[in-house]
Amino acid sequence: MPRRSCDCGNKRVFREGFPIVTFARRAVWLLVFCGVALTVLAVLPVDAQTAQNAAKEPAYRAFPVFGSRLAVWAVAQLHLNFAAFILGVPIFAVIIEAIGWRTGEARYDWLSHELVKLTFAAFSTTALLGAFLLFLFVGYYPKFWTYMTSIFFPTYWVYALLFFAETFTVYLWYYGWNWLSGSRKWIHVGLGVLSNLFGTAILVVANSWVTFMMSPAGIDESGALKGGVWAAINNYTWMPINIHRLIANIVFGGTICGAYAAFRFLGAQTQEERARYDWMGYIGNFIALSAFIVLPFAGYYLGREIYAFNQTMGITMMGGFMSWLWIIQAILIGVLFLGSNYYLWLGMERIPGSERYRKYVPPMLIILTVGFMIWATPRSMVVTLDEARAMGGTHHPLLGFFGVMSAKNTVVNLMILTTFLSFVLYRRANKIPTKSWVKTGMAIQWAAFAAAAGVVVFYGVYGYFVESIIRIGFSVYQVLAVLAAIVLVMAIDIPMFKGARTTGQIRWGTIAPHSQYVLILLAVTFTWLMGLMGFARSGIRQHWHVYGVLRDSSVDAATPALGYAANVITVVTLAFFALVLFIFWLGGLGERGAAEVHGHAAPVIAGGRDDMRA
Amino acid sequence: MRLLRSRFLQAVLILVLAFVILRFGIRPPAPWSVLTLYLAIIFMAVMVFVSSDRDSWRSFIGPIWTTLVRPERRPLRIALVIVIPLLVGYYAYTQAAAKPQAPPELRAVHPAPPASIQFRNKEFNISGAENPLRKDAAKFREHVSKGGEIYIRNCVYCHGDNLDGKGHFAPGFNPPPANFQDPGTIAMLQEAFLFWRIAKGGPGLPKESTPWNSVMPPWEDRLTEEQIWQVIMYLYDATGQQPRRWEASEHASH
Repeated sequence: MPRRSCDCGNKRVFREGFPIVTFARRAVWLLVFCGVALTVLAVLPVDAQTAQNAAKEPAYRAFPVFGSRLAVWAVAQLHLNFAAFILGVPIFAVIIEAIGWRTGEARYDWLSHELVKLTFAAFSTTALLGAFLLFLFVGYYPKFWTYMTSIFFPTYWVYALLFFAETFTVYLWYYGWNWLSGSRKWIHVGLGVLSNLFGTAILVVANSWVTFMMSPAGIDESGALKGGVWAAINNYTWMPINIHRLIANIVFGGTICGAYAAFRFLGAQTQEERARYDWMGYIGNFIALSAFIVLPFAGYYLGREIYAFNQTMGITMMGGFMSWLWIIQAILIGVLFLGSNYYLWLGMERIPGSERYRKYVPPMLIILTVGFMIWATPRSMVVTLDEARAMGGTHHPLLGFFGVMSAKNTVVNLMILTTFLSFVLYRRANKIPTKSWVKTGMAIQWAAFAAAAGVVVFYGVYGYFVESIIRIGFSVYQVLAVLAAIVLVMAIDIPMFKGARTTGQIRWGTIAPHSQYVLILLAVTFTWLMGLMGFARSGIRQHWHVYGVLRDSSVDAATPALGYAANVITVVTLAFFALVLFIFWLGGLGERGAAEVHGHAAPVIAGGRDDMRA
Repeated sequence: MRLLRSRFLQAVLILVLAFVILRFGIRPPAPWSVLTLYLAIIFMAVMVFVSSDRDSWRSFIGPIWTTLVRPERRPLRIALVIVIPLLVGYYAYTQAAAKPQAPPELRAVHPAPPASIQFRNKEFNISGAENPLRKDAAKFREHVSKGGEIYIRNCVYCHGDNLDGKGHFAPGFNPPPANFQDPGTIAMLQEAFLFWRIAKGGPGLPKESTPWNSVMPPWEDRLTEEQIWQVIMYLYDATGQQPRRWEASEHASH
């Protein structure tokens, strides 16, 4: 296969051609999936007669050995993991491509292509898992599926059409990379944007089904659709889930890309390869961290809407039998905060001049650690009878103050501010600003940090002296203070460091190897967290398929115990990473083959210049 | 002072200091489960601290490395080989040995209330329900006073005359009766929630998170609806807590 070339910006970039056989194979898989989906759509009961026939069908069938619930759970979680990845990564891939296009930096174009390549490899797996999930619903939960179809049938067509549009746009985006380069690059970037729009539309359609199961709307007493399907789509939790999942997908995509880069870094044979994947890992972590900072706010919005829909459901989630999940969640998120900062601190070692900022590490670590401890403090503690008597109940008179939302909101906001400070220090590690107003700028930045921290702590403490309904509103002020500080600091930082004197080039590829395991840890932790929180969201329906409407009368109607759920999620996470590892390995295999033919693998050298940081 | 610059020693000192402060500096003592959690987090942070740059990491593993390989450290190695398994064994023994009391359990903070209950053959909506007696502000004191009588007659034996869960019978119960003085109990809840808990007691708790181990009797057969609302008013008044209010519905369009 001859090597093709493209002119991307001011650098010449070479990229291998793609065998037509691969394209054909993927096209066949896609057609198989679409055919299956259309067949299922065609045979779905839509009229009264078929509905009556469906009523004679058993409500449930038993999946061999594992049981139906476990089968659906595992496949749905795997499907969601892959879908989150292929929907999340293109969002920042197109942004990175646009940066490369506008700045003429070819390495951004390479990175964007590398990211899309990863999602591409996961595309067929996502579709196959989706088809498998559909089979499971149709085969093992026919009554449930018939009911969902009676509500959402029109959306199935929309979903299928969007899937077609998304697939072909992504295909064109990926395979047209060389073709639509140079003066036609804007068309290519436009395709990336379009594929993201289609992808997001797919997400919101699928979310309408899931959220309807949690917070049904637009139906009458018998559960039948009252008016149009829009009322069922626009239920209480639909928009919060859309926002929460969209942001979480970006975080997830960032961590997986970081893990991929780490995998390639650790197996790199040359310094150039190490430098490239070190840079890619940094970008992956940066993206994940940027989106992760706003994720708690989206989660809080979702929680509020769940409470607003149904108080019982809200209490089950936060105070009832799901409450212990939040302690596990706090520990995992604490690990994510600590891990992300740790990676940045390790990364500063490869930046000459960063020594000036090392003194900030211990105080930042102390804030993160104390914040982590407070966030993980349970309200109702695991105590022996003696301990309970010594404490005067299951609530500790001192530590109990850390168990409520006032304390937790306060520390999570301080942890976000600290993480942002880490990033700011990293960003300026090898720069010395030369602007005349540096002192003033720095003073305003520190004042912004202090003011935000002050507002956060003030409302955190004040929250203990007001009733709950007022306290809930304080979290909004805390969030706004943090976001305002972030915006203000960056608004000063960018012009202040423009044209700054450099203290040396970033030595990409020289980061300590154990930093790469941190990237892998972050990806695994986030995947596990997604599964766990997915269980919480789904589990609060308890013995209902559709909350309050369609009861679960199967043998699996009992909500699983937390230990069992954690085990299932662990196994699914392991399965997901085994599949992802296989895909990573395939990616490397393809390049090795290409290298044999062409004499070298990916040609774009990333990094090496001090002004090349994101 | 040179010794103190060793990262290894610093790490050990931080861990020891953290243990001493958390174990002996908090009164009443922090439960063992929380102490373990805190120490695990601090251990993680210490590992981040010692490994966040190469020099620090070298300084940290230096003493470990020399202890493991240097011939002159042989006596220390032998001592560690004996002491570490003994400590682990002792810890395993303390965890596995039978104790005269029940092991600690995970407990849910608040049981989730049902949307509605049957109260004396009447459908009673929990969600959104307000205390009807609060509408008549002129009779507030009267209701609180009657609530106090009801409390002294029925509740004081377990929940105590200070409403702190330390009544006469309290030592016999595990878990102990609810402490209403704790800002984490009734102050976090709407009055309707309390109505449900008092009316239905332990037997009316939801099936989720069972066993609840609650000996709270259902009071619906002994107290009238008005009496239950009165005793609720007394609980809030006597403890100085405010009941949680319902949020106004913001989603009428849904």
